[in-house]
Amino acid sequence: MTSEPVTAKTTTPTLTPKSRRRLPPEVNILLVLVGIALIFEILGWIFAGQSFLMNFQRLRIIILQVSVIGIIAVGVTQVIITGGVDLSSGSVVGMTAMIAASFAQSSTWARPVYPALTDLPFFIPIGVGLGIGLLAGIVNGWLIAYTKIPPFIATLGMMVSARGVAKWYTKGQPVSGLTDQFNFIGTGIWPVVVFLLVALIFHVALRYTRYGKFTYAIGANAQAARVSGIDIEKHLIKVYAIAGLLAGLAGIVTAARAQTAQAGMGVTYELDAIAAAVIGGTSLTGGVGRITGTVIGAIILGVMISGFTFLRVDAYYQEIIKGVIIVAAVIVDVYRQKKRKV
Amino acid sequence: MSVSPSTMAAVRASGAVPQAEYLLNAENVRKEFPGVLALDNVQFRLKRGTVHALMGENGAGKSTLMKILAGIYIPDQGEVYLKGLPIRLKSPLDALENGIAMIHQELNLMPFMTVAENIWIRREPKNSFGFVDHGKMYEMTAELFKRLNISLDPESQVRDLSVANRQMVEIAKAVSYESDVLIMDEPTSALTEREVEHLFQIIRDLRAQGIGIVYITHKMNELFEIADEFSVFRDGRFIGTHASTDVTRDDIIKMMVGREITQMFPKEIVPIGDVVLSVKDLSLKRVFRDVSFDVRAGEILGIAGLVGSGRSNVAETIFGVTPATTGTISINGTPVKINTPTQAIAHGMAFLTEDRKDTGCLLILDVLENMQIAVLQDRFVKYGFVAEKQIAKACKTMSDTLRIKTPNLQETVENLSGGNQQKVLIGRWLLTNPKILILDEPTRGIDVGAKAEIHRLISQLAKTGVAVIMISSEMPEVLGMSDRIMVMHEGRVTGFLDREEATQVKVMELASK
Repeated sequence: MTSEPVTAKTTTPTLTPKSRRRLPPEVNILLVLVGIALIFEILGWIFAGQSFLMNFQRLRIIILQVSVIGIIAVGVTQVIITGGVDLSSGSVVGMTAMIAASFAQSSTWARPVYPALTDLPFFIPIGVGLGIGLLAGIVNGWLIAYTKIPPFIATLGMMVSARGVAKWYTKGQPVSGLTDQFNFIGTGIWPVVVFLLVALIFHVALRYTRYGKFTYAIGANAQAARVSGIDIEKHLIKVYAIAGLLAGLAGIVTAARAQTAQAGMGVTYELDAIAAAVIGGTSLTGGVGRITGTVIGAIILGVMISGFTFLRVDAYYQEIIKGVIIVAAVIVDVYRQKKRKV
Repeated sequence: MSVSPSTMAAVRASGAVPQAEYLLNAENVRKEFPGVLALDNVQFRLKRGTVHALMGENGAGKSTLMKILAGIYIPDQGEVYLKGLPIRLKSPLDALENGIAMIHQELNLMPFMTVAENIWIRREPKNSFGFVDHGKMYEMTAELFKRLNISLDPESQVRDLSVANRQMVEIAKAVSYESDVLIMDEPTSALTEREVEHLFQIIRDLRAQGIGIVYITHKMNELFEIADEFSVFRDGRFIGTHASTDVTRDDIIKMMVGREITQMFPKEIVPIGDVVLSVKDLSLKRVFRDVSFDVRAGEILGIAGLVGSGRSNVAETIFGVTPATTGTISINGTPVKINTPTQAIAHGMAFLTEDRKDTGCLLILDVLENMQIAVLQDRFVKYGFVAEKQIAKACKTMSDTLRIKTPNLQETVENLSGGNQQKVLIGRWLLTNPKILILDEPTRGIDVGAKAEIHRLISQLAKTGVAVIMISSEMPEVLGMSDRIMVMHEGRVTGFLDREEATQVKVMELASK
């Protein structure tokens, strides 16, 4: 009734630049992670009578499970920043796992794929795996850059074909009897080390190198980037090649962890990787996203899966809830974009 | 306090409303955005059957006011009255249903639907089965077009229409809602002279029918030609409303900028050096043919011509955006191959494109990221790493030199005014130390003050020996800034005029021959 609140409102001073300084966007995502972990902690005491977080074994499994998805997500994040998407990474994991493993078999194994090529030093299967992943990525990038087909279609094609290669390679038979040298990369904390190293390298690349600046520029406005002298085609091939390379690396780690390779490895990993990126604040419209966010996004996914299992939530429900969370993350992204515009 | 739109409609239908003095008026309207007071107690009064121009520099508050009138923004304070009754619009649709239609600068039509479908969307006539009655719809459209003197096929697809014709469709759509108020945001910015004439004829007809038209423009001539009244805004404040017959051009500029601009085109006469860029018989299939010209160091070559004459295409071809079909480009006497912008930049070229939003700004990125992107091709990078400190310093210096108004270099470019966005883009190119600078509509949609600054800057660059090519639709700009003017018409060069001999009439003759 009184006019007081109105006058109070009108005297709000215009904001100075200093007070507008924003916190890095990762802080929000980190808070979400902490919140989710605390919810599981409380629910743990209520329903399971034990702590969720104070269990080293569980934390170790979470971080290990996150690693493979995380490695892929680092590549996928860069693709999404350019305004694209990569649906092929899960299949590339399967394909590279099979092919790399076939060069990592021990002579003690009864039926190796290449009987003449057993007991090779570890760097050969790893090199082959990375090469296959890189090749898949280059094909993706080339298709997108030069034939101008949408990334969704190009990588969908690769998704189907790479899975086909994985199955055709041994006619569906698993590849086992891998050398200890090769398996080493999947033991202990090594997958986590690989993941964090990859994340660090590409965090630096995105933030401090020309490669990074160009990646964001293309995602923000490809036409403007082109006029500014960026060779968009070449750059897109680079980005997709990196995504392929990292999917290949994830395939190697997956095979080494399992000490065997199967054609079905990595199914739906691409979706988890995209989910990690989106939950971590990468915008599907391009131009926005950070590796640090993606790392936290991947950990959020891992914590949730572990938390649901810990609370004995049915696996079917887990998938349903995961789907809801991914959609919710995109809704938050859309909302953020809208708020920025007004 | 205020009446809801449905009540409003009921009251109107009852015929109980006395004839109000104003068709649409806004009183004491205030609107604040985070960090910006966009409108500070402004008023606006539109009379029935008049064209009322809104004038002001970018950031003066015209757009905000217009969006409030069209239901896009809700004012923090103040009242909007439609025919004397207070009204609170909640959405653009709400406004439309109350007879206020807005025709946006970016036309909002669906390209893959027909003209008729676009006009009657949501209100399609139905046959007895409940399906859309297309025959009836085309008939209704034809009738509407007849009333407006528009000759368009209701069955053609919108994507096949020119910008001018799309605008006609938008206007027809607005009229089909029996709108009393039509808001037009810079409707002539992409039209040719003849199309503008047609548009003005339609506006005059609508005015004669008693419709009130809010007309936003940056072009002074249009004000005198079409507007009955105009209101000036400056820095979110209402400066005044006058009849357009009462004032001179200078009066309006004074009102808009709050100061006198003594020299709009501070062109300095500088010594002209050797030929830097030489274009010979350049052709792009089905777009332009046999374009030949030289540009010398320190020279400003203006390119004039109507929209669609191929001016911008020539610029794009020289810069490698659309490589030439035939012809040669030489730089400092040596023929060069330019098939991509990357190659053009390597040869010391820079190209400020016509469309800030589409091919210029990285809108969601910040000022620094926008400015540095072109220069990173060959400078400020070591082993792939960007020299952050040096580049930030260079951008800061550039930003200060160009007097870009931004809180800091971390501000998102989207939040800057059009003039400042343009300066950021100019900064992007100046950082590359270009020898040849191509400017396509360097001051389009920019307020008077920033315009003069950009003109001064262009002169200074020419003085330092840069060869400048400037494409412009604004005759005073071309005449005022150029050492020489090349005129194009339908993909051909129709003539060159020296600064001394060039007049508006001579340019227009060449542009339409």
